[in-house]
Amino acid sequence: MAGRIPISVTVNGVRREAEVEPRLLLVHFIREDLGLTGTHVGCDTSNCSACAVLMDGKVVKACTVLAVQADGRKILTVEGLAKGNRLHPVQEAFLSKHGLQCGFCTPGMLMSAYALLQVNRHPTEDEIRKGISGNICRCTGYAQIVESVQQAARSKRW
Amino acid sequence: MIPSSFEYASPNSLSEAIDLLAGRGAEAKVIAGGQSLIPLMKLRLASPSLLVDISRLPGLNRVEESRDLLRIGALTRMADIEASILIRERYHALHDASEVIGDPLVRNLGTLGGNVSHGDPNNDMPAVMLALGAEFVAVGPKGERAIKAQDFFLDTFTVALSHDEILTEIHVPRARTGSGGCYLKLEQKVADFATAGVAVQVRLAKGGEVGDIGVGLTAVGPTAIKARKAEDWMRGKMPTDGAAVQELSRLAAEESDPSTDLRGTSSYKKQVVALLVSRALRRAWEKAGGAP
Repeated sequence: MAGRIPISVTVNGVRREAEVEPRLLLVHFIREDLGLTGTHVGCDTSNCSACAVLMDGKVVKACTVLAVQADGRKILTVEGLAKGNRLHPVQEAFLSKHGLQCGFCTPGMLMSAYALLQVNRHPTEDEIRKGISGNICRCTGYAQIVESVQQAARSKRW
Repeated sequence: MIPSSFEYASPNSLSEAIDLLAGRGAEAKVIAGGQSLIPLMKLRLASPSLLVDISRLPGLNRVEESRDLLRIGALTRMADIEASILIRERYHALHDASEVIGDPLVRNLGTLGGNVSHGDPNNDMPAVMLALGAEFVAVGPKGERAIKAQDFFLDTFTVALSHDEILTEIHVPRARTGSGGCYLKLEQKVADFATAGVAVQVRLAKGGEVGDIGVGLTAVGPTAIKARKAEDWMRGKMPTDGAAVQELSRLAAEESDPSTDLRGTSSYKKQVVALLVSRALRRAWEKAGGAP
């Protein structure tokens, strides 16, 4: 029980095995052990959700999950959205609507928007605002983020 | 921010989990969704030497209504409570609270058992549990026992579970015809603690007067508060009696004990309690079938 614990996590469709300290946070496993630095650490205090990833299809804060708790689960990070060079419709919409200013919160916004649209393909503006209510944009550029999600919902390319 | 080192165990059964806890004493902590505990561990306000992860234990996330009870497994996620049609239609206060706890990401992992057994007076579900007259089922080395919500919240971060007991199920009295509830919370921003929160559960008698009522308060004292004087006052009164409702609100505010902080002064928070109690009673009454 002491020491490192073996885990097996499927990240963006690829099975990754590692031995980790129990205190390793999922976000650090993703960024430092796997080198997937698209998942950002914003506040580090479980408030901002820049670190949002999907775990078994549900959007969660990777800074508030232990890597050992992700053992046996499927993780989707922002790197897993695009297919090769082809951006995901949610990414395309953020690009064309300029749904970002500094861009730091964008990976988390994309994951929350993606998770929302997975369960609700035609959200109202209110539902979009609730869906991203856990994600903080310090530039406060929410209007264009909401427009981006609306555009993504209209995309025929899902 | 990185937690202190700890050992981690993911037991396969409840009895194995209890053995692990009993063997380690107060140094061990139960983790389920982790949405309260992990933030505290990152800040090193909590540094357990052993985490016993019960989140994979089977059978503890069911929501079932029987003849007398709504039974909710302790591992039921907030998002699952929020999505439950049964709870939305019949257990309104519970549904209301499930929509305003933390943020959507927290609700995807946070569990009902964790929200109540953490013992944080700022958590929303304790007040709902007090208003509903819920009971908590705990299992320990000596077997199972039931603890009434009103006997459960002892002090800030202290509940009536011993270190080797695990909360397994929450029992809520079955919703009867003529009953309704509401949870209202004033918060400055999403996922912040409440300035104040109020849960009201009401059952109307045949004549339309209040047959029974439960009032629970969030974030205005060292624990969630059951506003007993307010409840006693309101039994037998008409929910449409403005003067009676005003006295109900005044008594609930009097029973609250808020501290002054960045979310407001103590006297301001008492006024918020009074306002939310009258609004929550109105909505609970509407849900109970009182004319809107």
